[in-house]
Amino acid sequence: MALFASLVVFLISNFVPGDPVLAQLGDILASDPVVVAQWRAKWGLDLPLWERYGIFLRGLLHGDLGQSIATRRPVLEDIVQFAPATVELATISFVMALALGIPLGIAAAIWRDSWIDALARVLSLVGVSAPTFWLAFIMLAIFYGWLGWAPGPGRLDPIAFPPEGPSGFFLFDTAWAGDWEGFADTLAHLILPAIVLAAATLGLITRTTRAAMLDCLQQDYVRVARAKGLRERVVILRHALRNALVPVVTLGGLAYANLLTGAVMTETIFAWPGLGRYTFRSAAALDFPAIMGITLVVSATYLLVNLLVDLSYAVLDPRVRR
Amino acid sequence: MRRRLRRYGLAWAGAAIVLAWLLVALLAPWISPYPPNAVDVTQRLLLPSAAHWLGTDILGRDVLSRLLHGARISLLAGFSVVLLGAGIGTAIGILAAWLRGWGEEALMRLTDLVLCFPPIILALALAAALGIGTTNTIIAMLVVWWPKYARLARSLALVQRSQEYVEAATVLGLPQKRILLRHILPNIFGPIAVLCTLDLGIAILTFAGLSFLGLGVVPPAAEWGSMVSEGRELVEQWWVATFPGLAILTVVIGFNFLGDGLRDWLDPKAQR
Repeated sequence: MALFASLVVFLISNFVPGDPVLAQLGDILASDPVVVAQWRAKWGLDLPLWERYGIFLRGLLHGDLGQSIATRRPVLEDIVQFAPATVELATISFVMALALGIPLGIAAAIWRDSWIDALARVLSLVGVSAPTFWLAFIMLAIFYGWLGWAPGPGRLDPIAFPPEGPSGFFLFDTAWAGDWEGFADTLAHLILPAIVLAAATLGLITRTTRAAMLDCLQQDYVRVARAKGLRERVVILRHALRNALVPVVTLGGLAYANLLTGAVMTETIFAWPGLGRYTFRSAAALDFPAIMGITLVVSATYLLVNLLVDLSYAVLDPRVRR
Repeated sequence: MRRRLRRYGLAWAGAAIVLAWLLVALLAPWISPYPPNAVDVTQRLLLPSAAHWLGTDILGRDVLSRLLHGARISLLAGFSVVLLGAGIGTAIGILAAWLRGWGEEALMRLTDLVLCFPPIILALALAAALGIGTTNTIIAMLVVWWPKYARLARSLALVQRSQEYVEAATVLGLPQKRILLRHILPNIFGPIAVLCTLDLGIAILTFAGLSFLGLGVVPPAAEWGSMVSEGRELVEQWWVATFPGLAILTVVIGFNFLGDGLRDWLDPKAQR
């Protein structure tokens, strides 16, 4: 499927009116036919369509995604460089959304129609309805511009050196090197973009948890558990929640994959040097080798996440294990 | 009963919000205090006041007037994407359910193919490739928008096809085409309309997002996403970016309320 996706991007890239020649060379150079022909030959754009796709596929088998037109570096190198920033951001957001959304959803289901239910509903509604880019502006304006509590855009203080580390995940690398000052700086820079990115996911997770919990709390086995005289806490956490988690995990898996792509807006505003910003820049520059590479990587991630979700059913639901 | 009232109360509130914005979009040229693109650099970045209720932007344009005109582009883009997307998708889904065999297989594989894309990336790439402009952005969004409707329409049509009334119509000897258009289509209309309503909010958000990134409308058009973008650096002059964002938020909330209400109304079992 991921391969098909690359084929589609490939075909689209050749049938749309936009021409990378113009985007890359600028008006003046692009008006010179000799320069344009040379440039096309250099990037293989003069070859027939199928030959080019063949070259792309052959490269793929060797782990080569081709060269980015805009950065003039191998696409794979770009992706490997930018991915950790996005994965770090998306993971922190995801953890935040789960840590807040699941308890909120449970509480909203238990005390249905109470103030906490209303709060959960308003929060999830605003989370789903607010434009990410606007939320980012508001957060920056309040916590950076006005209150000065949070640092500005970027992954680190502008004067700080990026940590030398094995992974590219700054939290891990700074902790690994014992650089706690860098760790704190990284964490501080992460908080605002992570909250912004988490908003929509938080809304979805709260809604789903609440609906699933309401469903489970009405089931016979919950009534039996209560009739057996189990404590309410045990009934809710062990009997109801465990079953309610199945739809939450399904949605959560997809939501995590979406966070990786949803980072486009957040990263653009927070000057976050991750895949999202790379995607936007590649798209704006009509850098199709890069877009194809990103599509492949993201589609592969979707598949992987779906596999993990399927596997997690076995943990949550013993019936699947058979 | 009280809960019921409150549930539909939210739906009515949503309908009121949507209606209000539709009116604003319709009447924008008459109710705006200033022309949306009237530049006056002597009046730039003014705080909200009696003369400029929502202040002025960096070129001295009245934020309120631009915001009211922005409703036109946002709603128009949202409705075009969703209605056309739903139309194309539903047609393909019903066609697939009607063709069966390899035709159905081919159409549904095509649908899966588009669905397996990360939609934002595809829309971004297409919008960039087609060039800036409202129509181009709508086209780019349409490409990623129709598949969910194709899937929904096909599964709904398949369910309807096994119903007795369709069998009766078949036995009566009505042509397949007539059964599909006159018998099945009206019966699958409800769920599709619900999806459309909930989708309108998402479409408006996506369009505003693409505009924010500079891939939507051509400046100086007054559009909410690009208005936020113009004010993004102006943290001190918070009103420039805050109000257009609030406009998007309220429209999307309105459609979400309305869509939730419609869903409950059409499917009382799902009500909670």
